[in-house]
Amino acid sequence: MNGVDIALVDWSRAQFALTAMYHWIFVPLTLGLSFIIAIMETIYVKTGDEEWKKITKFWMTLFGINFAIGVATGIILEFEFGTNWSNYSWFVGDIFGAPLAIEGIMAFFLESTFIAIMFFGWNKVSKKFHLVSSWLVAVGSNLSALWILVANGWMQNPVGMVFNPETARNEMLDFWALLFSPTAINKFLHVISSGYVLAAVFVVGVSSWFLLKKRKTVFARRSILVAAVFGLISSAYLILTGDESARQVYKVQPMKFAAMEGLYDGEQNAPLVAIGIMKKAPTPENPKADEFAFKIEIPNFLSYMAALDPNAFVPGINDMINGNEQWGIMSYYDKIEKGKVAINALRDFKDAKEKGDKTKADAALKDFKENYAFFGYGYYDDPHDLIPNVPITFYSFHIMVILGIHFMILFIVVLVFLYKNKLQKMRWLQYVALWTIPLVYLAQQAGWVVAELGRQPWVVQDLMPTLSAVSNINKSSVIITFWLFALTFTILLIAEIKIMLTQIVKESKNEGGH
Amino acid sequence: MNILKSVFRFYYEGFKSMTVGRKLWLIIFIKLFIMFAILKIFFFPDFLKTNFNTDDERSKYVIEQLTK
Repeated sequence: MNGVDIALVDWSRAQFALTAMYHWIFVPLTLGLSFIIAIMETIYVKTGDEEWKKITKFWMTLFGINFAIGVATGIILEFEFGTNWSNYSWFVGDIFGAPLAIEGIMAFFLESTFIAIMFFGWNKVSKKFHLVSSWLVAVGSNLSALWILVANGWMQNPVGMVFNPETARNEMLDFWALLFSPTAINKFLHVISSGYVLAAVFVVGVSSWFLLKKRKTVFARRSILVAAVFGLISSAYLILTGDESARQVYKVQPMKFAAMEGLYDGEQNAPLVAIGIMKKAPTPENPKADEFAFKIEIPNFLSYMAALDPNAFVPGINDMINGNEQWGIMSYYDKIEKGKVAINALRDFKDAKEKGDKTKADAALKDFKENYAFFGYGYYDDPHDLIPNVPITFYSFHIMVILGIHFMILFIVVLVFLYKNKLQKMRWLQYVALWTIPLVYLAQQAGWVVAELGRQPWVVQDLMPTLSAVSNINKSSVIITFWLFALTFTILLIAEIKIMLTQIVKESKNEGGH
Repeated sequence: MNILKSVFRFYYEGFKSMTVGRKLWLIIFIKLFIMFAILKIFFFPDFLKTNFNTDDERSKYVIEQLTK
């Protein structure tokens, strides 16, 4: 693509990443805490024990703080689509519009009705109606996330649409293919279960602080019981959905899959790098460079993880760059050629239509349709520009997985000591639980880094690279808004932490309220 | 009319009895003001809507951008 300002692309990406990452600090706690609160309130309604009501109301207050600070931070992403990513917004057409519109309507009705009943409805509506409202808030906020993740799933694996070369827009052919795309469904399930784990760690961690301070121990132990059981079940589900998500990545984004494992040369019976330190990555000039300084491998496990077959071939980065005839992998060199044919055919089609030359337009359209699947590759000359940042993808993936295992072990250990009635004496475990709170946020961000940075350079897989998606606007305006957002979101985050800490300390001294 | 009155009272009394919530509503309003009255208007105009009048013009422009 001629005349693209790479600095503009980078700043636009940085701005989007900053906004999305800050937004994702708030969202997962809402997703998970809403269910934990609903479970606690269910116990209250079932038992009539006022202590459970107090517990429910306390966590509801923290939910409210997080919700209030985080609400609408995602709207900025939509502003950015229209201003910084106008080519992309136009190109995706109604594919993105429909899910986002459903999400907007759902969020509005959810927030204006059931959350209000949750907070204002104590003693004004019946216990059961209040409980139903709490459950509806939980279900509704998770369904709200579904639509965003369906849209994201489509970007990772575009299905159910057809590109209209006359309007340059993708048009929806099959809404159900879009909604039930395995990529979208796995993404949704993996993301919401990660939110459940985050919320469970949050509740266990904060409650452990109560135990450390030797305040409200019954309150803390009950909160830990609900959160750790919920967290353990969610962790198991998180691993299952993560496993299935990885298989989807192997199928539709093999370059990302190879980057996640730092795999340059594909192989059968591929081992999984459980822990590794990356060294110098191979380059066209030095293809034999060893990519790892140190690694511990599990034999055959990567092949098994990818295809449920320990003998399966897992392509490496070099297999995709240079192609691999034996395994039927087309090289990026060939894909680039086909992509260039598609881009030129689109240009010829447009020119022929303007001149009223139907024969030429039909011929160009035929070429375009035959090569459209490789459209995005045509913007590149060097296939090596199509490799994502391997070390960042590799480390982010491994940080996410290792921390995911840590959370599961934490829930098990906490439950064992709770069952044995020894949790209050285990100060080391209380400290571990408390300091796991920042780690669970780190794991969340690492997961999104794998998903989004690992699929670079694509904004829509194989069809639109990031560099062709940006608007031709002044770079300085993007830089100004980047810093404005950095400042605004940092203030919001500090406000959230400060208000939450104040509330937690107050509650520990029996002074809570909402 | 009675239903509307009840709904109004529900929200009115709910907001009135808030403690932490008041601070949060203030944050929400300031945040929404910054987002919609400052950022959206001054920094985030819709590029294609602002610069082109019709969808046909927008299509032509995007195809030009994608094929240049």
